[in-house]
Amino acid sequence: MPDVLQILPQQVVFGLALGTVYGLIAVGYTLVYGILFMINFAHGEIFMIGAYLGWGVLTLLLTAGVDGLHPAWVVPLMLANAMLGAGLIGVGLERFAYRPLYTRGATRLGPLISAIGASIFLQNAVMLTQGARMKVYITGLLFPRTWRFQILGVNISALLVVMAVVAVLMMLGLQLLIQRTTLGRSIRAVAEDREMAAIMGVSVRRVIAVTFFLGSALGGAAGVLVGLYYTQIDFFMGYSAGLKAFTAAVLGGIGNIRGAMLGGLVLGLAESLAVTFMNPAYRDVVAFAILILTLVVKPSGLLGESLPESEKV
Amino acid sequence: MLSLAGVVTHYGPVEVLKQVSLEIREGEIVCLLGGNASGKSTTMKSILGVVRPTAGSIAFDGERIDGLPTEAVVRRGIALVPEARRIFGRMTVRENLSMGAFVRRGAPAAEIAGDLDRVHALFPRLEERADQLGGTLSGGEQQMLAIARALMARPRLILMDEPSMGLAPALVDQVFDIIQAINRQGTTILVVEQNAAVALSIAARGYVLQNGRIVAHDTAAALLGADHIRRAYLGEA
Repeated sequence: MPDVLQILPQQVVFGLALGTVYGLIAVGYTLVYGILFMINFAHGEIFMIGAYLGWGVLTLLLTAGVDGLHPAWVVPLMLANAMLGAGLIGVGLERFAYRPLYTRGATRLGPLISAIGASIFLQNAVMLTQGARMKVYITGLLFPRTWRFQILGVNISALLVVMAVVAVLMMLGLQLLIQRTTLGRSIRAVAEDREMAAIMGVSVRRVIAVTFFLGSALGGAAGVLVGLYYTQIDFFMGYSAGLKAFTAAVLGGIGNIRGAMLGGLVLGLAESLAVTFMNPAYRDVVAFAILILTLVVKPSGLLGESLPESEKV
Repeated sequence: MLSLAGVVTHYGPVEVLKQVSLEIREGEIVCLLGGNASGKSTTMKSILGVVRPTAGSIAFDGERIDGLPTEAVVRRGIALVPEARRIFGRMTVRENLSMGAFVRRGAPAAEIAGDLDRVHALFPRLEERADQLGGTLSGGEQQMLAIARALMARPRLILMDEPSMGLAPALVDQVFDIIQAINRQGTTILVVEQNAAVALSIAARGYVLQNGRIVAHDTAAALLGADHIRRAYLGEA
């Protein structure tokens, strides 16, 4: 038992850092749900593709023999490539896999099934083009093992700090964009009343596409962060990460951006504590137990809609 | 300014508008009367391109607008004050007003600020409540906000869908005074109402819609005097 207490602070710090990344992926589910009322089950694959796109940049730099690789410029480059690519794939998904369904008045189930199909398609596309074997992020070249420090007995690596700081900054940036800009206002308007937003002059199609871009870009960035941290990626990594981030989004209140961030933190912490006190094999059990509990006890989530139908009176 | 010629609109297989034709001239207040499910709101939605007419044509300033996406229709200078207000309940009053000015992105900030001042002068309540969420306003305040939001677009034509609905009688008078004031400043208005007496009191002309057909069209005074109109829409036996 004393051993457990000794590593507890360490696990808390790790859990919170992991939670920021779950939050970053969860935001993508929640953004899309907020505007289309559908769960984009292919979002985990967008995250996976982001990890591959970041890996591609790193590998390209290494094979080209570029000297003086420093995370200060390599990581932003990896993130930029992953975000742009993942964002565009998200836009493409919306255009070809979802829009044809929802514009023809299909039931809500239609796009959902299409999303599951898109998820299988993207997994296999990556497997066929990149191979089924895992790829390795040579993170050690960017972040030497000696880059770490101690605070109150907790051993923290620079990599963990970078991961959490990037994730938090991106979520704050998104929050600012949604709350303070004209684009953000038009996204909120479409989420609240699509027809009225169009009557205000908002191009609903464009806003939906932009929303997919934003959510997917953040998912792609999360893929890079996870790749850097765990150093191994494969075409199937989006499946469990996607389901966990979906859990985080539901836990926080699907459709609510701050909820997704909070849900991510809670989930990361719960998972990290679970492996501290229980057999690490139960890690996923904890995540999905949280999903089931949320759906049974409080389906609207921690920060779920505070203004239901009464706002329309 | 706006003319509908033989407009037919379907909801699925149901024909809701059956050859609706009407004409609104610049500077007028025109009212469109009719009971429940007579096709009033569908007429507005057809004008705005929210629903697509299956036949007929709609022209604004002589140019066809049927077939244009909604955002392109409103950019030409048409704004809507919708039935049941439909303000953005999760946005502040200020944000609702800036959504109203969305069609004018790119206009100088000073110009928009000037319009905001003018709207605040018309509805001082909205300035007091600028940071409050739209959903927390009273029904009357929401109606003011819906009108103010439409004004922020600097429209040349405002469509008003049942502005009296759900308001106390004193508020109804106030709203119609404001509609007249807006009209005097040069904005053309099409007002759809069940409350025929109030609507006809400010309108120059009126159309009566019944089961998707225009069944009467005359000056407001003549409609007010017509027996069958009085019986059907003014609640007189």
